[in-house]
Amino acid sequence: MGTLHAVAARGITKCFGDVVALDGVDLDVTQGQIHGLVGPNGAGKTTLLGLLLGLAVADSGRLEILGTPVGRAFDAPEGVAGFVDGPGLYPSLTARQNLAALARLRGADARTAGIDDVLDQVGLTAVADDKARGFSLGMRQRLGLAAALLTRPRLLVLDEPSNGLDPAGKRHVHGVLARLAADGTAVVLSSHRMDDLEALCSEVTILATGRVVFSGPLGKLAAENRELDYRVRTSDPQAARRLADGTNGIRVVDDAGVRQDDELLVVRALVPALDELVANLVRSGVAVRELAPVISPLEAAFLDLTEQQEAGR
Amino acid sequence: MTATVADDKVVSARRVPVSRGYRFELVKLVSQWRIRLLVLACWIAPALFVAGVGQQSTLPSDTLFGRWMHATGWAGPLVMLGFAGTYALPLLSSVVAGDVFAAEDRLGTWRYLLVAVRSPRRIFVAKSLASLSVILLLVAGLAVSGAAGGLVSVGNQPLVGLDGHLLAPGDAAGRVLLAWAAALAPTLALAAIGLLGSVALGRSPMGLLLPPIVALAMSVAQMLPLPVAVRLALPGYAFIAWNGLFTSPAQIAPLLIGVAVSLVWAVLATVLAYLLFLRRDFTNLAYDGAGRRAITVGLLPLAALTAGTVAVVAVATPSTGSGIEQDKVQRSVATAFAHLYRMQTRQLHRPAVTEAQLRSSAACTKSDGQAAQEGAGNDWRCVVTWDLPGVPVPGTAVYQLDITSDGRFVADGDGPKEVNGYFLLRTSTGDAPNPLWQFDGNVELLTPH
Repeated sequence: MGTLHAVAARGITKCFGDVVALDGVDLDVTQGQIHGLVGPNGAGKTTLLGLLLGLAVADSGRLEILGTPVGRAFDAPEGVAGFVDGPGLYPSLTARQNLAALARLRGADARTAGIDDVLDQVGLTAVADDKARGFSLGMRQRLGLAAALLTRPRLLVLDEPSNGLDPAGKRHVHGVLARLAADGTAVVLSSHRMDDLEALCSEVTILATGRVVFSGPLGKLAAENRELDYRVRTSDPQAARRLADGTNGIRVVDDAGVRQDDELLVVRALVPALDELVANLVRSGVAVRELAPVISPLEAAFLDLTEQQEAGR
Repeated sequence: MTATVADDKVVSARRVPVSRGYRFELVKLVSQWRIRLLVLACWIAPALFVAGVGQQSTLPSDTLFGRWMHATGWAGPLVMLGFAGTYALPLLSSVVAGDVFAAEDRLGTWRYLLVAVRSPRRIFVAKSLASLSVILLLVAGLAVSGAAGGLVSVGNQPLVGLDGHLLAPGDAAGRVLLAWAAALAPTLALAAIGLLGSVALGRSPMGLLLPPIVALAMSVAQMLPLPVAVRLALPGYAFIAWNGLFTSPAQIAPLLIGVAVSLVWAVLATVLAYLLFLRRDFTNLAYDGAGRRAITVGLLPLAALTAGTVAVVAVATPSTGSGIEQDKVQRSVATAFAHLYRMQTRQLHRPAVTEAQLRSSAACTKSDGQAAQEGAGNDWRCVVTWDLPGVPVPGTAVYQLDITSDGRFVADGDGPKEVNGYFLLRTSTGDAPNPLWQFDGNVELLTPH
């Protein structure tokens, strides 16, 4: 049985005057997948999300959304929802009124459109009747997500949905997106927060200066043969340093840019060498209290790839 | 192998009907406190103002019909209309139409709205209709509230017209309604200019200021000694031309020209705003107004319209120059005097006379005959002469006239005291305002000599 694609883009190019925002971009997003879009500022993420939402049309290339070729602006098929450049909310309306107005705009009965349900899903029930004017950035993001949910999307497009979210808000948003994906909705989201992408996405596309520099599963990205810096906290830092110095493929890094801490050791290594260091520590009776990459594999890959791209320009 | 999602349910998204977009826009507008306050103010403040002034001893006699606010409730809505044409209607147009597009820029909601509605055309139509509805509601409030305040506080008496003739209450009501309806045309023109500014200038406050600035420019232009053709070709003239409804016969031609010019401005400015809106790139996050295109697509066509309208009016109408000529001034003053003399006669319980019996005439000179006998100025002097049945010697009275460029004048009685030299009349029932002491009138600019 074949994989069902919610988004199939081939050779998408989009220019604004002399500026090439997207340059031959390919993108595949399957149903039920949460697909991350990563890239530095100006990489073309928002432009690509705008194309998916039907706000603009590509200058060249082929774009199919939910099986429908998109050839004109505002021609995206039914079932596409989301926001770019922040959620659109009207501050003089309450959260509930914002959603009710949107439901009525789409021809639904505001009483039966499921407004209470989506407010509950994003954790805004308690402030449902408060004006959106007083909402924090995180609350606005959640209300924007609720507005998208109201349309029962089959492709959800979100631009930086985690901006301004506190831990509770983040939990709500992650939970909603995971449930949507489990129900078969494709989600495309851009974010600068690698931890969010790693927690949510099965695949990512990295854009730099309008081009795709990587697209595929996160595992593939993490498994790339590159050294990472790891924080190692142990019960005996001096012994740990000695063992690290004596392990092949391990380099102790003293200027890794992490907070100074006597118990903390930062080492640079490939995964196999790190495994050996852990074994050595355990054999020597040194307890390992913390072991984590200083920056995530995705972030490291992102920095590597985008720096290479910048250097190649 | 891969395949894109394709089942029976996938169809191109339906564009939201204009009716739903209109309702959505109305909800947004009405949810704003400033709009609610404006609605409240427009439906309450005129009534309070008219009722309050009606109870005071001093009347706003420098405003057209202000001197009759004690005499009839129908003067109140006309005083309000004079005030509204200069200040209120441009400001209302600005606050509602001048912000209806810019607000989305300010809130950053364009993309959200476009994803929801999927048609910039329908968004434009819905926003325009919603702002038009709110403006109509506000204008209706000003008119109804002003009339209600006047009728409740003063009563439903006849109204003295601008040529001194009496309008029965029913006739006065109809003409007040027509006057307010005529003022809608320039209001729509200002609203369309507001839409154009709102679309063209993005979140810049200049968009919001455009209608008041245009209205101010039009008011200033109407004060200048412009040729009649230029005066009538400006969209603000209909704010003045309603004056002609209160003469007998009504001065319809300038009113129709003023209304038509305003409506053409309204249509053109709306079309230009529409074209600018459709050309906008909504994916460009750095958009902050149409910039140079606002001048080429927005300003130049309106300038061309003004030039074209001036040419058409100049060719199609008989009047040239200022339109304020000696003959017309004399005719207007003599007519108004005759009507008001009859009113004074009734107040003094003297034997009734008709205008035909009075055979009033006026001899008017400007600058004591030293300058050209035409044009605006406060240096007009008229000697009115009239006959009375059975009295061998004709009566005479002197007036100083202050005529403004739009043809409106105030005649200030200069004696004799028992006719027009004192503001009160001693009647058998007590003192009463002397209708011949000071009166308003107007010279029809378009009438040939």
